[in-house]
Amino acid sequence: MAEPLLSVRDLVVEFPTRRGTLRAIDRVSFDLKEGEVLGMVGESGAGKSITGAAIIGLIEPPGRIAGGEVRLRGERIDNLPPDRMRRVRGRRIGKVFQDPLTSLNPLYTVARQLTETIRTHLDVNEKEARRRAIALLDRVGIPAAARRIDDYPHHFSGGMRQRVVIALALCAEPELVIADEPTTALDVSVQAQIIDVLKEICAERGAAVMLITHDMGVIAETADRVAVLYAGRLAEIGPVRDVIKEAEHPYTAGLMGSIPTLTQTSDRLVQIPGSMPRLNAIPTGCAFNPRCTKVFDRCRVERPDPIDRGSGRQVACWLYDRAEARHD
Amino acid sequence: MTDALLQVQGLTRYFDVSKPWLNRVIERSEKQFLTATADVSFEIKRGETFALVGESGSGKSTIAKMIVALLEPSAGTIRFDGQTMNFQSSAAMRALRRRFQMIFQDPFASLNPRWHVGDIIAEPIRTFGLLRGAAVMREVGRLLDIVGLSSADAGKFPHEFSGGQRQRIAIARALSSKPEFIVCDEPTSALDVSVQAQILNLMRDLQDEFGLTYLLISHDLSVVRHMSNRIGVLYLGRLVEVADGKKLFTEPQHPYSRMLLDAVPDLALSGRRRAQVQGEIPNPISPPPGCAFHPRCPLAFDRCRAEVPQPTPPPGGEAACFALGRSG
Repeated sequence: MAEPLLSVRDLVVEFPTRRGTLRAIDRVSFDLKEGEVLGMVGESGAGKSITGAAIIGLIEPPGRIAGGEVRLRGERIDNLPPDRMRRVRGRRIGKVFQDPLTSLNPLYTVARQLTETIRTHLDVNEKEARRRAIALLDRVGIPAAARRIDDYPHHFSGGMRQRVVIALALCAEPELVIADEPTTALDVSVQAQIIDVLKEICAERGAAVMLITHDMGVIAETADRVAVLYAGRLAEIGPVRDVIKEAEHPYTAGLMGSIPTLTQTSDRLVQIPGSMPRLNAIPTGCAFNPRCTKVFDRCRVERPDPIDRGSGRQVACWLYDRAEARHD
Repeated sequence: MTDALLQVQGLTRYFDVSKPWLNRVIERSEKQFLTATADVSFEIKRGETFALVGESGSGKSTIAKMIVALLEPSAGTIRFDGQTMNFQSSAAMRALRRRFQMIFQDPFASLNPRWHVGDIIAEPIRTFGLLRGAAVMREVGRLLDIVGLSSADAGKFPHEFSGGQRQRIAIARALSSKPEFIVCDEPTSALDVSVQAQILNLMRDLQDEFGLTYLLISHDLSVVRHMSNRIGVLYLGRLVEVADGKKLFTEPQHPYSRMLLDAVPDLALSGRRRAQVQGEIPNPISPPPGCAFHPRCPLAFDRCRAEVPQPTPPPGGEAACFALGRSG
């Protein structure tokens, strides 16, 4: 099998606080193949964004990667010194942030922000950088790009700004784009446009995408595979269709049932009792056990590791352990 | 007595967004007005859930605020249970105010952080003089029980609760004055999906138990579909379509409703190819002439650019569109 583009192994991210160390990410492992779109879902506090930040080396101190490794094409990038990490970030991994208002510098024109990024990472002159920037803006669907490139961010609407941010993430031709809630700040009609642009342009350039979102609908329409996080741990990972149609982890199943859809016929939504534990009170054993309807003794004591279920699917649940087959 | 609990007729609200007087004099600029809602009329029947959907800037929240008398309309009338709301007379308003309540979007901002939960819930009871003495706290305990918290929670502060629990407190507070009508402004958009399901189920149970009437404001079409009997679709301050609950989703009439439905990401993985959504919502300060939707509308013709369409009743609801009258 070909080497994965990105390989995350047993990633642990910790935040020391006055009342002890919080584990925001606890032994999360996954791979991302070249050109693939991996969705990363979970509720707030599940660790989606922290996972993205850890890969790109943007964990705010005192938070730190306390274990595991991140490899980009086999090369470790989680322990690079800051100046070398800067050459990876932007150049090899691009990032699209949630809020297009705060991820652009309001004092610089779009042209300056784009050409500066292009010239930092690629060996081209100012004229060529500008030509590329205009082509890219045109590609992400900004009308009259050659004229609008000299505008400031506040001249653009929210949707247009997010297109600029996508152009910015892609301008150094990265191999991987991490998109952290790229459409959460936008209206649905604009959301559809942005998702289409992001997907098309990454496919065109062969960039893989890690799409972080809480919206399962967006994942369903965009991603090839999806990883479900719960309380900083990987609950389930697999091809989108399988995970959505036949969720195996009880948490994923509950999550799917709790989303109202445009086609459902039942009157009541499935509800998962309780809420996600805080990081300082994660139960022993499986983190989901107090809310799980299929819980049994072992879940309260031992933490399940992801179990292979075939066709690229992994589920971290004791229900699927061979030794527990009698419980089925 | 009619069975309409709330009747809204020609509701309009302008906001003055002019520059300061001196600037206007120096720059010779006119006064500028933003039309947040224009000529909106609808009825809500007793015991039903009426929803208003629309993207940001469509005037949803402005309408909600006018209905609960937090904002005075520039034109138009609101009749509650046959009584016209008179914004000038505070005594008459006070008597009406007990009968409608509001649940706000952000449970982190809508509860006073320095008050005990018990006092927050008891405030409407005391203000309207519904109970006195020890009976107040007994009632608070009962309300906390109803929304799925415990009466012991009355002594805690809001920060001790999660988002979903806080929204339950907000609901208990809204119920405490024994209202007939509750305006829910994006009640779950700050919550995670699994918690959203709990709150939506709770809202339905309370409606059945107390015979409440809801006005639900949301941008989330699937939430609206799940909750509502009738739905009004807003675009740029105008009501473009009113339809019976599920009918909007099976036979949307107005081109904007169709576009909005097409834009919702599909969790059912039907693989449908959705129509590309065109453009963005225009600036409400200078809306396009005629039908505000015409620059984005695939069916637009000359008349749409000149005249504002009035709601006309096609089968199963109302839609304000000229194209619909034209041979289907």
